[in-house]
Amino acid sequence: MNNRYELNKNLAQMLKGGVIMDVTTAEQARIAQEAGACAVMALERIPADIRSAGGVSRMSDPKMIKSIQDAVSIPVMAKVRIGHFAEAQILEAIEIDYIDESEVLSPADDTFHIDKTAFSVPFVCGAKDLGEALRRISEGASMIRTKGEPGTGDVVQAVRHMRLINQQIRMIQNTRADELFQLAKDLQVPYDLVQLVNETGKLPVVNFAAGGIATPADAALMMQLGAEGVFVGSGIFKSGNPAKRAQAIVKAVTNYNDAKLLAELSEDLGEAMVGINEQEIELLMAQRGV
Amino acid sequence: MKQTIGVLAVQGAFEEHIKALKKLDTDCIEIRKPSDLTNHSLDGLVLPGGESTVIGKLLRELELFEPIKKMIIEGLPVLGTCAGLILLASKITEDETIHFGTMNMVARRNAYGRQLGSFVTEAEFDACGKTPMVFIRAPYIESVGVDVEILARVDNHIVAARQNNMVVTSFHPELTADLTVHQYFLRLVQQKAKTCVA
Repeated sequence: MNNRYELNKNLAQMLKGGVIMDVTTAEQARIAQEAGACAVMALERIPADIRSAGGVSRMSDPKMIKSIQDAVSIPVMAKVRIGHFAEAQILEAIEIDYIDESEVLSPADDTFHIDKTAFSVPFVCGAKDLGEALRRISEGASMIRTKGEPGTGDVVQAVRHMRLINQQIRMIQNTRADELFQLAKDLQVPYDLVQLVNETGKLPVVNFAAGGIATPADAALMMQLGAEGVFVGSGIFKSGNPAKRAQAIVKAVTNYNDAKLLAELSEDLGEAMVGINEQEIELLMAQRGV
Repeated sequence: MKQTIGVLAVQGAFEEHIKALKKLDTDCIEIRKPSDLTNHSLDGLVLPGGESTVIGKLLRELELFEPIKKMIIEGLPVLGTCAGLILLASKITEDETIHFGTMNMVARRNAYGRQLGSFVTEAEFDACGKTPMVFIRAPYIESVGVDVEILARVDNHIVAARQNNMVVTSFHPELTADLTVHQYFLRLVQQKAKTCVA
């Protein structure tokens, strides 16, 4: 692999143990940085609003993204539609720190993801199982996150995806070398990545949790299930006291094993975002792009 | 006897430092709360890379800031990489923030720009020869006080330095297989241990 890909994986390593927060304005970006976000995701509408507004959802206005780049010193990420490499070229042109090829936006291509190896800027992609994760990595993603179910405040899908990815990793680890070829076929992924997971027992890139995380307890749950950090989308700025909740989630990610501290952090956070249960929604964003 | 090195583990690439230090046969302690500092006798401390705004904030809120600052002032050997360098700098360019501020130097954050400016290169590190250096949205040191020894330069910018018990690099030694910087730091730890006994 070339230097650029290594450097891009390295940036994700620097984000570990941190919280990446969705923000829609420069002001929110400053609140997020102040609260301890390790990066922000700049987007015009947070997932919960995308969900309620309906219609086609696209890459954000570069002007709005640039205003956020100017407002904070931490890395700035932004989303492009699945398969929309022209949107990705635009974000690369404004020197975004990370591109999220995201199922939260309306997919632009129902067959092909972006060839991420053609870019210098890094990509993070969602996955709900190991096959998806390794396919995205073979396309050039340098960071993976669970898809979860964005904009719901319901953590059940993120849990399901994180557990499944880690179960499948353990399964590969315990597979005989001569059976890995068939396993690669079953998972529809390149053999060399399967072999790598077999040897190391982990994904070759950093893996964050995303989708439906709304409380310090949700964040701690995902970290204990093996996430290396978390994305919080609608959970913060859809809640009663964004700054306080954001800070509490940051500390929960650092001290995810300290139940006493988590109890303190969970106190008095005000109204959590109004969640919708998985069964109550018509559009499952996690099913976009496999 | 094995050396015991504390690695600040509130955010960032602390696991990578622990892996490198374990290859050099040290015991590593993850530092997340004040009791982690008092329950072990530390011979040295690593402040890893990550986001300095996050680490600086968590240090204060988790009540680690004052005890660590005191240990550094009292002479505990400390290695600060990237964000760790920012934490130790006595001044940050175009920024009012000062964290520990114990090392006499001016550092510039994100000195090479955004992620597209990240790069890898090789340069002399002290007298240890060519060393691979990975820069990720890295700072560099704009100037140092007279009591600071310059250990490495890249393109005329200072990227590694030492002042008494403090060693800093703006690059990430923990991201390569090369152990030069960690070995350098552990030699310092050993020297300091000897001076204390004497």
